[in-house]
Amino acid sequence: MKAIINLVSKLPVKGMFRNVSVVLLVILSLALSGCVSEGVLAPKGQIAIEEHRLILFAVGLMLIVVIPTIFMALFFGWRYREKTQNNAKYEPEWRHNTLLEVVWWTIPCIIILILGTVTWKTTHSLDPFKPLDSKETPVTIEVISLDWKWLFIYPDYKIATVNYLRIPTGRPINFKITAAAPMNSFVIPQLGGQIYAMTGMTTQLHLYTDTPGSYRGFGANYTGIGFAGMQFVTDATSPEDFTGWVKTIQEKPDSLTTDVFWKQLVPQSTDDPVRYFGSVEPGLFDNIVMSYMMPGMKDNVVPDEHAVMNQSNH
Amino acid sequence: MLETFIGKLSNPHEVFPYLYEPVSQQLIILSMFTFIVIGGIALVGGLTYFKKWGYLWREWIITVDHKRIAVMYFVVAFIMLFRGFVDAAMMRTQQALASGDSTGYLIPQHFDQIFTAHGVIMIFFVAMPLMFALFNIAVPLQIGARDVAFPFLNSLSFWLFAVGVILANMSLLIGDFAHAGWLAYPPFSELAYSPTVGTDYYIWAVQISGLGSLLSGINFFVTILKMRCPGMTMMKMPIFTWTVFFSSILIMAAFPVLTVDLALLALDRYMDMHFFTTSYGGDQMMYVNLIWMWGHPEVYILVLPAFGIYSEIVATFSKKPLFGYTTMVWASGVITILSFLVWLHHFFTMGAGADVNAFFGIMTMIISIPTGVKLFNWIFTMYRGRITFTSPMYWMMGFFATFTIGGMTGVMLSVPGIDFQAHNSTFLVAHFHNVIIGGVVFGYFAGFTYWFPKMFGFRLNERLGKCAFWCWIVGFFVAFMPLYILGGMGMTRRLYHYDASTGFQPFLIVAAIGAAIIALGVFFQVLQLIVSIKNRDKEGYRDLTGDPWNGRTLEWATSSPPAFYNFAHDPEVNCIDAFWYDKQKGLDVDSKPKIRTEPYHDIHMPKDTAMGFIISVFVLILGFAMVWHIWWLAIVGVICTIAAVISRACNYDIDYYVKASTVEAIETQHQQEMAGAKI
Repeated sequence: MKAIINLVSKLPVKGMFRNVSVVLLVILSLALSGCVSEGVLAPKGQIAIEEHRLILFAVGLMLIVVIPTIFMALFFGWRYREKTQNNAKYEPEWRHNTLLEVVWWTIPCIIILILGTVTWKTTHSLDPFKPLDSKETPVTIEVISLDWKWLFIYPDYKIATVNYLRIPTGRPINFKITAAAPMNSFVIPQLGGQIYAMTGMTTQLHLYTDTPGSYRGFGANYTGIGFAGMQFVTDATSPEDFTGWVKTIQEKPDSLTTDVFWKQLVPQSTDDPVRYFGSVEPGLFDNIVMSYMMPGMKDNVVPDEHAVMNQSNH
Repeated sequence: MLETFIGKLSNPHEVFPYLYEPVSQQLIILSMFTFIVIGGIALVGGLTYFKKWGYLWREWIITVDHKRIAVMYFVVAFIMLFRGFVDAAMMRTQQALASGDSTGYLIPQHFDQIFTAHGVIMIFFVAMPLMFALFNIAVPLQIGARDVAFPFLNSLSFWLFAVGVILANMSLLIGDFAHAGWLAYPPFSELAYSPTVGTDYYIWAVQISGLGSLLSGINFFVTILKMRCPGMTMMKMPIFTWTVFFSSILIMAAFPVLTVDLALLALDRYMDMHFFTTSYGGDQMMYVNLIWMWGHPEVYILVLPAFGIYSEIVATFSKKPLFGYTTMVWASGVITILSFLVWLHHFFTMGAGADVNAFFGIMTMIISIPTGVKLFNWIFTMYRGRITFTSPMYWMMGFFATFTIGGMTGVMLSVPGIDFQAHNSTFLVAHFHNVIIGGVVFGYFAGFTYWFPKMFGFRLNERLGKCAFWCWIVGFFVAFMPLYILGGMGMTRRLYHYDASTGFQPFLIVAAIGAAIIALGVFFQVLQLIVSIKNRDKEGYRDLTGDPWNGRTLEWATSSPPAFYNFAHDPEVNCIDAFWYDKQKGLDVDSKPKIRTEPYHDIHMPKDTAMGFIISVFVLILGFAMVWHIWWLAIVGVICTIAAVISRACNYDIDYYVKASTVEAIETQHQQEMAGAKI
């Protein structure tokens, strides 16, 4: 609640409008955040917190116009309704008033000027490609969207996981994202917004959290019958726990090689269980990206979609 | 061998995929089959029993009369609305059930086809035809024309659209439908991931009906530029005609982009090219850019005419001229131009970079300025008016309450920082239903009710219309507000199943209840039509004046339904709302003494022609053959289509004159009817 009042005090409005926005924002937050412990409405990461704040700001700013507009529409409808003995004025020829029109071109212009400025700033500060400032060394995680599972490679630790993500708190996380399947979108709503995963391309996402916890991750862009199962758990734990976890994974016997990737992971499968790889072939992520840009670059890697389909004809 | 003759029809897995599915799914398909077969038998049997085939052919199929074409658009659109709504109800039920251990009653293959079909049908086969129906019924009458500029093209447009409808719905019976979402993003829609005929049905249905839309856009653009009655300068046109004009410009500019984009996808699928594949240089992002270069203007193609309808309705029922006519025209023009500069906001999350994203975000917000101005102008049209609350006016008030909220969430989505969270979530789904139902659908329903008496000469039952309205608006809020919250909780769209721990289920149950309330609204609308048709000759329904609402524009100056030539005399106007001021002065355009003294003249009219229908039949053959890879039949289809087009182009016997005596007889009879009613 305090946060909301703080937020409202930052709003560039004064007087009655401010009081109105306080009331509205309080109602809105109670209605939404109060009963919700998921998604951006319960933000736990730096980016998500800023996005949440931006949502409340934009809603508050626009309600300044939206509420009076709805009210005015309904009130005029009621006031000037046809009935016997309606003593409200009737001016059948009143059709133009320059002053009024100037007023309602100006009001939305001002709102959009404010919101546009905020948009320009936040679009740059919340750009998914922008690395986050921090004294701690970032953790790099390479994400590959597959049909229908997520593969996470930790190149610094030479381990990989399927459908499970572990991150340390207090350290920035640099995601490098690509796909070996149709276009998907990588998102952990409580930590921050999404970015597309596409073959032959690398997109980036930078997240950060101080709060240990278990957060849901989604594939957000529909990719077919197994799409609903493309969810994963993201556990954020203390850096010490994280290091311990890395060690246990490094002891796992499975090894992620080019061959394993194309033969075992790329073919379609649904609701895959969590899987760990104790070692990863170096440069695998870049090879995957390149193999779509230049098919035939390596003999054993031909990610031709026709071939993909034949492997898994259901 | 068999494949050469019947293409993919030789493969039972392709033709009858449901034979290889679980029994529960077959039961659903079976009930749908039964419904279609009984409906088909009833229709064909009825037409035969009542000997109506000839009537159907002469009066409807070969007609080039814009008023009849409007009626046909309405009929098909409402049937498709029913189908699209059933799809929606099935989705809502599935999502309300499929939590945790339960996987609902649909298999994912079906759920995916259903949401794809829902989107495709609602946009291409409901919203677009409703819009063209309203163009057809109102525009030529509003500008005092005898028909559209190219009456034959108008008929062809309708029948090409009908071919699209047939192809899309044929997939219910043979083969399957696309499962790649209503915009068929590659690489998912490529052969590798969508090997069945479903996507081909989608491509050809949308391509063919899109061609019809493009022709209609050209037709109305020229009609409005060239066919206005004497005295009607551009700035004296009714505002609905203005919005149709801008919408037509958008259609002409945007639809070719869609055609090219889908053609490239078709080349990928048919000729093994790599425009959008994941490899060999294919660029999936190019498809997404192109589809939204059409897709965003498409939103404004649909909503601008709805804005025009609201403008007509609010002025008529407030008994006041539209406030700020000039501003409204310019605001529509600004929206038209800006709508081409915002497409990238549909994929901020593709990684274009902060400068590009911010530019498109801010451009998007700027559109809300002229849109907001329009809202204020409507509100101030009511100010100091005398508002009669008929059911069109109810839809208008519902629009105020819903569209403002939809506009607000739209501006939220235009902020990239928010969009990164809301994109691909149910928040987005709630937003576009909010603007499309609140803005477009309510507007078209209002327009339908408003111009219904013009089409048929009797009014719709007001009481049932209002019941329908209340169900729709309450159902809308109950169905879509939970989706906003779910979006905030991170629920992505198109989920056929979700984990119970997400806590999504209660909200989805509420949303399903909302859909049920809307279903009740649809029920009232059907009832309204039945009751009104049954009582059409009774007091309160029948309208002989041609002007049941005390209207302001020219379409109300002629009889209802208008004679096939629309106006016995070319109307003349000298100001906006000329008809209203003529009435004030005691002059009616057609029925009052001012005109009656003038002699009638011969009227130049287009001849009916079956060529629009015939060409479309050939195009249907072509489309079907392409979907099923029956190459020889496709070649036959192409040759026949080209031959039919050439034969039509060489035909100079396309018009005739209605004799002045015939006009006089029709007009005299109408006046006697009116006089009889007054006694």
